[in-house]
Amino acid sequence: MATTLTLHVNGKSQPVRVDDPQMPLLYALRNDLDLHGPRFGCGLAQCGACTVHVDGKPVRSCTYPVGQAAGKKIVTLEGLGTPKKPHPLQQAFVAEQAVQCGYCINGMIMQAAALLAENKRPSESEIKQALAGNLCRCGTHVRIVRAVKRASEMMA
Amino acid sequence: MLTENISRREFLKTSGALVVVFSVASPLADAATKKSSAAAKTVALDQVDGFVEIDARGNVTVYSGKVDLGTGVQTALAQIAAEELSVPLSRVTVIQGDTALTPDQGITWGSLTIQSGGMQIRQACATAREALLDRAAEKLRVAKTELYAKDGRAYVVGSERSVPYTELLGGKRFEMKVNEKAPTKPPSMYTVVGQPVPRLDIPDKVTGRFTYMQDFKLKGMLHARVVHPAAMKASLQSVDDSEARRLPGYVATVRKGNFVAVVARSEWGAIRAADALKTRWSDWRGLPDKAKLWDHVRKSKIVKDEELQKAGNSAEAMKGAAKRLNATYDFAVHTHGSIGPSCAVADYRDGELRVWTASQATHTLRKQLAKMLDMKPEAVRCTYIEGAGCYGRNGHEDAAADAALIARELGKPVRVQWSRADEHGWDPKGPPTLIEHRAGLDGAGNLVAWEGELYAPDRSKPFAVTLTTAEHAGLPKDDAFPGNIHQGMAIPYTVPNIHTVAHWLAETPFRPSWIRTPGRMQNTYANECFLDECAAAANVDPLEYRRRYLKDARGLELLDRLAKLANWQTRKGPAKAEGDSAKGRGVSYIKYELVRTYVGVVADVTVNRKTGKVTVDRFYVAHDCGQIINPDGLRNQIEGNIVQTVSRTLLEDLQWDASRVTSLDWKTYPILTFPDVPDVVIDLIDRPTERPWGAGEPAAAVVPSAIANAIYDAVGVRMRSVPFTPEKVRAALKSA
Repeated sequence: MATTLTLHVNGKSQPVRVDDPQMPLLYALRNDLDLHGPRFGCGLAQCGACTVHVDGKPVRSCTYPVGQAAGKKIVTLEGLGTPKKPHPLQQAFVAEQAVQCGYCINGMIMQAAALLAENKRPSESEIKQALAGNLCRCGTHVRIVRAVKRASEMMA
Repeated sequence: MLTENISRREFLKTSGALVVVFSVASPLADAATKKSSAAAKTVALDQVDGFVEIDARGNVTVYSGKVDLGTGVQTALAQIAAEELSVPLSRVTVIQGDTALTPDQGITWGSLTIQSGGMQIRQACATAREALLDRAAEKLRVAKTELYAKDGRAYVVGSERSVPYTELLGGKRFEMKVNEKAPTKPPSMYTVVGQPVPRLDIPDKVTGRFTYMQDFKLKGMLHARVVHPAAMKASLQSVDDSEARRLPGYVATVRKGNFVAVVARSEWGAIRAADALKTRWSDWRGLPDKAKLWDHVRKSKIVKDEELQKAGNSAEAMKGAAKRLNATYDFAVHTHGSIGPSCAVADYRDGELRVWTASQATHTLRKQLAKMLDMKPEAVRCTYIEGAGCYGRNGHEDAAADAALIARELGKPVRVQWSRADEHGWDPKGPPTLIEHRAGLDGAGNLVAWEGELYAPDRSKPFAVTLTTAEHAGLPKDDAFPGNIHQGMAIPYTVPNIHTVAHWLAETPFRPSWIRTPGRMQNTYANECFLDECAAAANVDPLEYRRRYLKDARGLELLDRLAKLANWQTRKGPAKAEGDSAKGRGVSYIKYELVRTYVGVVADVTVNRKTGKVTVDRFYVAHDCGQIINPDGLRNQIEGNIVQTVSRTLLEDLQWDASRVTSLDWKTYPILTFPDVPDVVIDLIDRPTERPWGAGEPAAAVVPSAIANAIYDAVGVRMRSVPFTPEKVRAALKSA
């Protein structure tokens, strides 16, 4: 039975018709709401490419049921900042050119944003620990750490 | 073979003119919808119009058959074109890998995009600029020698008189051949090439505005999932889709031979339907026992032997040697492990097939799809859209073939997204590679004989990899070419007697393909480790030992720069430090394929004797790829080469049982994570007046050997089997 859920995404309330409340939130965001920030990487909460914020906490949207997300405040990479008004992390990733293919970068930025909300001046090793569950295959890690560090300095 | 709960007639009725919609406005949209102009555009390699177009507003479009696989190379290509045409970089757009629009510049592999593809673009642009200056000379009635090009205009030297390219061209095409002799701009005049220009794609990628292959949508597009065989070569015995049919949005089950897929209106619907599909497969247990893999490789049938390097008479020299060494090196099976699993969209209408794909080889794919579906290649158009990082021939072509087959069966646009398990389980693999080395030293420790034998899958085949779709569906298919894996066996050192042979094997357990630095990585690992063993046997510092046999001035300069960068101190055998934690450093060197990019590295490692864990603390890299187009892009590539290969060297080892790959996710195929990532310190040697060479692979080639040599330096054991897992290190320490 299809039901209509209301998702609060990036400051807007939007209805989404859902066949299965167990469907991961990722598919609603990508396919129903046409958002490109969160990405499908594994569907197993192992790589972090799909990370979004739900009520301020980073969650793996590839395993987070859409039914559970209804009524909660969801923020995606698109909501964190825009090309015109980028978030300091987005600015820092550009400044450090901390991207190769960029497929994992959504997760890196969203996870780092959650870190910086709790720890404004993380050390290099704290950044590495915070991102330990986010995988990058291209080997952009060195730059990503620098970018997070730079963002923390910009936000200070 | 086709069951569907919407009648085919319904589909046909609604399938009049195809309306193509894109989820965001992008240059892709233009490229994809401009069908009429696309039909008229030349893709000839010898035509200026094949590569470059200047429109009536002065915007420049570069058509590149080589694609950006997540390396940032499109920015470098745009820099080359902007420089050679003397137009602002902001005016340049790069269209990549569209069989209807871009010349076939070959597969995007082998670190050749700038070196070969970029130079073709440079020459086309130089021809175009010269033609524009010829026209300007006529128009302004001055000698061509009185003119120079700048910012999209031809200027008269020493005056304000100028004419814009747009006026000279009037939005028309060049209609001329690429002049191989057209003068290219002297590097001393460069303002764009050589600059660390920020990448064009990054702002969109960090704000969620970029359209990856996985984001691409067509109106009315259906979603499919392929259900791969339960065992690698199992036959499909039965399919029960009764449960899948009851799911909301179910559309069809497509079966052909051992190929089976389910189609639904939504992506999640397709995933659920695939889970609900009950398939029964024959029992197949043909994979070799992993514990005895190297016996299996050694006993595999040899198709032929190929001599890869020969000097003097190694057999004679070996007999007279004062000291003889031998060692066997093996290198595990690796998966590509792209972070985004393969994805493609296909649409089949009126006998024509359109495919959107992240393939590194759209022109090859087009021929493969045509063969599989018994179509003319001209009726197939493949358009590149960047996917997640691609490091060789992974699953993209297979996903494209899946989508093409299903789209033809349904007559509707279809998107195929592979799951993580599909990707790990079914992408073609870097084949298991075994290398045996022997060396002879004279009484003074001089290397007098060097012999090598490589055991790897036969490469004497066309440049294509079997499409899983064709194999499973029983359709016409290509063989599996493993890449140019003979490269890197020949050593860059002047040794009087050398004999190196490849034994090309008839079989290999998994469909082979090329993964970043194919062959060169495995072969260089063996070469550079074994040379280190020779240095130790001669009791000579390993860097000094390399210098001794290097007659190449550019290589020697690089090693000097490396020694300085890493503050290399003469090594006198393994450290004898007490305690659980031991530090060491190792060196490695390559001149890529003996004809291009030079790389030297020093690895600093820490080995925990108790746990066997190896941590790579730092890599020092000296890198000479000739003329540098974008130094920051180059650094990014070098860092990626190092970090990715540290992962492959320390951790990566595909697992399987008798029937199938069992490394199906990131838990069973772990890769390097942030806490274990080394620092990377780079010295770029720029040679603006030399030709540019590739950088996407060479630095990766020297990583495994540098780490192995550093482990020896730390704890005195030789790691002759990649990956260097804690278990293997503990075992080596125990038997030392």
